[in-house]
This record gives sequence, C-alpha cells and structure tokens, in this order.
Amino acid sequence: MQYALLIYNPDDDVADQAQRPIDPGIAAVLARRDVTGWIRLHAPGSATTVSHQEDRMLLTDGPFVDSKEFLGGLVLVEADNLDGALAVAAELAELRPGRVVAIEVRPVRGEEISGA
Amino acid sequence: MALDTVFRDQWGRVLATLVGFLGDIELAEDAAQEAFAIAAERWPRDGEPASPAGWLIATARNRAIDRIRRQRALADKTRLLARELASRPEETMNETTTFRDERLELIFTCCHPALALDAQVALTLRALGGLSTEEIARAFLVPFETMSKRLTRAKHKIRDAAIPFAVPPAYQLPDRLAAVLAVVYLIFNEGWGGGRIDLAAEGIRLGRALAELLPDESEALALLALMLLNDARRDARVRDGQLVLLDDQDRSLWDWQQIAEGRQLLQRAIARRTTGQYAVQAAIADLHLHQPRDWHQIAALYDVLAQQTSSAVVEMNRAIAVAELDGPDAGLAVLDQLDLGHYRYYHSTRADLLRRSGRDTEARHAYQRALELAQTEPERRFLTGRLVELDP
Repeated sequence: MQYALLIYNPDDDVADQAQRPIDPGIAAVLARRDVTGWIRLHAPGSATTVSHQEDRMLLTDGPFVDSKEFLGGLVLVEADNLDGALAVAAELAELRPGRVVAIEVRPVRGEEISGA
Repeated sequence: MALDTVFRDQWGRVLATLVGFLGDIELAEDAAQEAFAIAAERWPRDGEPASPAGWLIATARNRAIDRIRRQRALADKTRLLARELASRPEETMNETTTFRDERLELIFTCCHPALALDAQVALTLRALGGLSTEEIARAFLVPFETMSKRLTRAKHKIRDAAIPFAVPPAYQLPDRLAAVLAVVYLIFNEGWGGGRIDLAAEGIRLGRALAELLPDESEALALLALMLLNDARRDARVRDGQLVLLDDQDRSLWDWQQIAEGRQLLQRAIARRTTGQYAVQAAIADLHLHQPRDWHQIAALYDVLAQQTSSAVVEMNRAIAVAELDGPDAGLAVLDQLDLGHYRYYHSTRADLLRRSGRDTEARHAYQRALELAQTEPERRFLTGRLVELDP
C-alpha cells in the first residue's frame, strides 16, 4: 500500500528551506526502496491558493492554512500496513527533531500512482 | 445456558475470527449478525451445538463466502479473501474445525494509537464486548447518532489506512499493551451503565479475556486484580442511598471470593514484575482492604506510582496518605500544588482535610464546589450531609 507522508516544518525567516542541502540521514532514508517518491516545496510565501467562492475562482496569496508550521515536503512510501508507514515517519521525525514539527501520514487512494 | 449469555460470551471470539478471515470489520459484523440470527432461530428448536463458537464461526464464514460470490463489488473490497477463494474454492467449514482465537489481534486493532481514545473505547465495547451502538451511546451519555458516526469513522479509518490486524511485535508490545489496558480500565471506571449495562462488569470481562490470552503479562494480570479488588466492595458502598466511606463499610458485604481471586492474581503479577503501574495500584487497593490500614506502605507505594505516572490524581491520593501520617496540613500542602479544579474528588478531598484541620469556612466552600460537580445521588447526599455538619 502507498502512503503519503506530509512533512511539516517550523516557520522561521531563515533562507528558503528548499535551498538547504538535504540532511545525509534523511537522504539515506529517501534512497531506500520503500520510498517511492519525494518532493521538497518552496517556502510558504511562494504559495498561491486557489479556491471556489460564490461561483468564482478566488486566488489568495500564500498557503491555505496560515500558521507557524507549513507543509515543506512530501514523501511517498510503500508499506504493508499503517504501522510500516508510521515507522518511516518516526524515523524521519527523529532524524530532524528541530526541522520536522509533524508528519501527517495518509493512505493513497488506488493501486497506481502516476508521475513522481 | 441462556441463549443471550452464550451470545454475549461468544461475540468477541466469533467476530475476531471473522475479521481475520474477511479482513474487514463491517463485513465481519454483518456475517456474525447473520449467524447469530440463524442460531437464535435454530438452537431453541434443535438444541445448542457442542461447540457454539465453532458453529457460529462456520455458519458466518459460509454465509460470507456465499454473499461475496454473489456480490463482486464486495470481493474487490476484500482482496485477501478473493485470493483465498481462488486457492481454496470448495473448502467447507463445519463446527468441528478448530478456529484460532484471534481476540488479541482484534483488541490491539481496536486500541491502535492511530484511533482517537473515545473511538478505541467505543470500538472495544462493540467488537469485543458485543454491546450494541445504542447500549454504548447510553453508557457514555451521548446521542445514538454521535456514537454511530464515531464507530463508523473508526472502522473506515481501520480499513482505509490499513491498520494491521495483528498482535504487535515484541519491541512494541509494552506500549501497545499499555494502551489496551488503559482503555479497559477506562471502561471499568467511567460510564454510567443504566439498564442492563454495567460497565464495571464489562471492564472485568475484558480484563479476564486479556489475562487469559496473555497469562505471562504482569500488567494484564495486575489490571484484572485491581478491578476485582475495587469491584468487590460495590455492595457496601451505598446504604440507604447514602455513600459509605471505606472505614464505615460493612465488610461482610464485600465479595471475599472476588478479593481472594484478586489477591491471587496480584501475587502472580508481582512474581513476574513488581514495578508495573497496575501492579502498584492493585497492591494499594489490597492494602486498603486491611484493617487498620498500613498508611506507611500505602504512602510509599503512592510515591512509586507518582514517579511512574506523573499523574495529578495519583498525587492527590498520595496527599490523603500523607495526611494520615503527618496530619491534614501536610496533605493540604501536597494538594495545593495540583491543578485539578475540574475534578470533583479533588474538592471533596480538600474539603475533608480542611475540615479535619479546623478550617471550617474554607471546608464549606470546598464541599460546595464538590457538590456542584457531583455526579450521583449518593455522592450529593454525602456532601450535603457534610455541609450540614459544618453549619454553625
């Protein structure tokens, strides 16, 4: 089964986190076979939110949820069940306790994922 | 044996095996319900089978297989079953087949930390206790709709996120077992019952199943011991609608057989491991049954428990022991450090110590606060009585 690990980072005004090199510990995890894909996102300031309000498409500058933490990246993993996916999330969280505030783990629908 | 009793006793066992087979709780529930309905019709007529569980599981399995064959869509939901059917097309089960007891797998699934605590509690009562949604809703004083949604959401999460139907690996077992025991103890302590539902009895039933399935786990044995020792005093707690304090209870009304059983379990638990949280609580519960009470020992054990749990309620109970040894002011000093303003027993405990300290005005306020938070008539009567005593 495929799981998406949504990585949340703390907000700070250090330079765009996408510019940071990937921590070697994290890189090792990302290189494993059970990780089927991953992306790193630019800082939330670069985001634009599209929503549908009263019959119109609305564009908002910034992320959908404006909070002290933001979605920094996404890791796709292959696991037999939720416990397997949670184990990878725990590994990643432990590697970077300051930079990874939380990881949301959600099952991916359907058997096939495209792209990535 | 009354059919009702047999059904309640067998529900968890039957459902667990079906979940293992079908890989889906909702499907398993439907299959189990069908089988129980057929049994309700046939057994009074044909007599109870030699192996009720075997009969029910075999019947449910066969009905489920028929149903899935007829409904392609269901088979797609249970990929596991489809594969199984492909490899063993005509396997018929009968009541003499030995079915593995998979209740442990089921309870660990129901109490998985990925589920919210109230969902764990509701699901455990439904899946292992066999209580209806209506009964669980009533027991926790929530509307039927709310409880129904809670159960459905939990079952869907188990299905969609693929929460495994398994006993956790050894390295995870202590934490996961602690979660299961916490749910069982919560069921024992909380809830109102009403009608034929006695949640304390449900907690004990679940505790017995766990002790039976995990006979080498000290904490499982200790939790059952704790519940049995506390429950043994139930008939002496209320007299003429009034709450009776432990020291004033008619000890002949205590269930001494249950106390003996609890003490035996406690010994078995301690033989394996002396430092578990429930072992310490059970030892304290046992000490409270002795007259006069050994407050030194009780205080010492509360010290241990406080270090293990960092729980304010434990500290509160420790304060009571401290007061017995060093006077009410010493106990109040401990209580003053605690943030338990929402907890009725905090106020009643404070009130008692203030009263014994001669601080009547403050005692009255504390009793009033406790009365506002009281949840049963016997409690209210007791607190009102104390207020009357303090009235100049």
